[in-house]
Amino acid sequence: MSNTPEPPSQIPSQEVPLHSMEALNNSFQDYRANSLWRLMLRRILRQRSAIIGGIILGILILVAVFAPLIAPYDPEEVLIGVEPVRKRQAPCIYLLGCPTDQPQHWMGIDGNVRDQFSRVIYGTRVSLFIGFSTIGFAIILGTVLGAVSGYAGGWLDNVIMRLMDVLMAFPSLLLAIAIVNVLGRGLQNSLLAIAIVNVPIYARVMRASVLSIKEQDFVEASRALGASPIWILFVRILPNALSPLIVQGTLGIAGAILEAAALSFLGLGAQPPTPEWGSMLGSERNQVFTAPHLVFYPGVAIMITVLAFNLLGDGLRDALDPRLSFHKAEQTL
Amino acid sequence: MFQYIIRRLLLAIPVLFGILLVTFILARLIPGDPCKAILGEKATQAVCDRFIRERGLDQPIYVQLGIYIRDVARGDFGNSIRYSRPVSIILIERLPLTVELGVIATLLATLIGIPMGILSAVYSNSFVDVITMVTANIGVSMPVYWLGLMLAYVFALLLKDTPLWLPPSGRLTAGLVSTPFYQVYNLTAGDPESFRFHVYEFIGNMVVINSLITGNWKILWDAIQHLILPSVALCTIPMSIIARMTRSSMLEVLGLDYIRTARAKGMPKSKVVLKHAFRNAMLPVFTIIGLQLGTIFAGAVLTETIFGLAGVGRMLFEAITARDYPIVQAFTLVIAMGYVGMNLLVDISYVFIDPRIKLR
Repeated sequence: MSNTPEPPSQIPSQEVPLHSMEALNNSFQDYRANSLWRLMLRRILRQRSAIIGGIILGILILVAVFAPLIAPYDPEEVLIGVEPVRKRQAPCIYLLGCPTDQPQHWMGIDGNVRDQFSRVIYGTRVSLFIGFSTIGFAIILGTVLGAVSGYAGGWLDNVIMRLMDVLMAFPSLLLAIAIVNVLGRGLQNSLLAIAIVNVPIYARVMRASVLSIKEQDFVEASRALGASPIWILFVRILPNALSPLIVQGTLGIAGAILEAAALSFLGLGAQPPTPEWGSMLGSERNQVFTAPHLVFYPGVAIMITVLAFNLLGDGLRDALDPRLSFHKAEQTL
Repeated sequence: MFQYIIRRLLLAIPVLFGILLVTFILARLIPGDPCKAILGEKATQAVCDRFIRERGLDQPIYVQLGIYIRDVARGDFGNSIRYSRPVSIILIERLPLTVELGVIATLLATLIGIPMGILSAVYSNSFVDVITMVTANIGVSMPVYWLGLMLAYVFALLLKDTPLWLPPSGRLTAGLVSTPFYQVYNLTAGDPESFRFHVYEFIGNMVVINSLITGNWKILWDAIQHLILPSVALCTIPMSIIARMTRSSMLEVLGLDYIRTARAKGMPKSKVVLKHAFRNAMLPVFTIIGLQLGTIFAGAVLTETIFGLAGVGRMLFEAITARDYPIVQAFTLVIAMGYVGMNLLVDISYVFIDPRIKLR
């Protein structure tokens, strides 16, 4: 980031001779080109962390999509009798001097004699799916609850928001554990639990946006024209409340991936042989002293994925939240 | 001021009631026969009938809720299935460790996180800023249990036979026993059922505090050594969050006019930052510290499991695996209550941090 203020690009340049019709047209074209979305995109692209996060996420998505091409083995294939490998064998990388007569295993062999690298690669699919599905569900439910709460007000608002307060009073992982305890273990139930735990965040964000937007003139105008409340909510208010939801959602995905991995680590989430990073870590945690590679790589994978969403979310917040004007401090001190 | 505190206290009541309600509902939602779930699969029909009558499970649901609240108020959480002992006694044995671990982790997180954030804000966009924020971003993205395992691997195995070696698990080295202070000083704790006895036992079970009271430095050092790795693992996420919050809060305050005024009248930068800016930037940071308690409690489940510490978190995990529902219910309740109570304390302490609140 530079300290110099940005040139006011969206204002037609002063050098344009205003009497020239053609130039005026051109300047209008410039003006039109700066749509809200384009402005937003430009602001996002100015955030270093958003770009870095976005790039990492892009790579992860590619890895997830092309997992069968990248992974040398099937993630659930047991290699006994297929190759001369031992249980929990250390990584064998040709570039690092591993004899070429042995099969190459970038991240070694796991406790069930499977290729760890292939499992970590396929784990990307599981984790991204977890992140998007849980937060998607939480956003939909939270948005509806928050919108109804904020728009309707009164006792309904009170009931919904107090319920959200109670849900937020529990540390999220603990509540998720308690819910999985009731629903029964497994990936699906743990996803549902994490989604439920995350609902209050979006309900609050949405409610706050609705409260501030619903008093604005353009909403008043729609109401005066006889638009139905539902239409106003979805067509007038929701698009204007999107940016805090996007920011929260991106950061929420990071948290959801961490929580899901923790549940799987404890044996409550994804069950073996699913190649899920948390459960891979959990099943080998007692072997950390003898086979550290089996613990190291899945953890790094979790960290990189979560970091990508965190960076992206941070960058989006800095770009989309007009209240944050950090550059001011630099000028003062 | 008192009005503010009273309003905060009153606002906490519905939340506490809600927590009771949620734990009550969660216990009722457990599929299957409640008697078999609580007394175990081997319970006979006669035992079950008596259990259902005693627990009031044949009563309407609102009466059951009343009974539940009454039992909780009395500190009666029922008996553990696995240990056949009152859950409240198990809680007194297990909670002290988690409290110690949580306090140390919170202190570490605060004492490292706040200076990190201040440095980062004061030298924003410098090398220091980049390094601290990269650290904070990575810290917040790390799975606690993974960090714990890696720390154990590095400090207990790779650094073996060096002065930096740290024990990978347990509370005290095998062979060392921490004698409770009331036995050392021959205090009569009284009736094992009494409140004073429980308090004594609770304090006695906090090994660090207990060895400080009894002056047993060997045990103190050993206990601290055992707590270093778990608390470092546990504090990483809160530390990173506190550092980031401090940075953004400081940046906001440092941009305000009164800071420029202070600088313009020739006040040294360090004084402006620490006295003028930091005090005002602290409020949101303080809120975040309170909220981090949730992370700490949840992290305790994972950290204690990894480091073989017999605290509330590990107990909760074991209870879940063993389907020991009374323990799960009671521990979830206690942790949620502790979380709400802590945030209430933070809210109330605003009065002392921010004098403006007094005027309201």
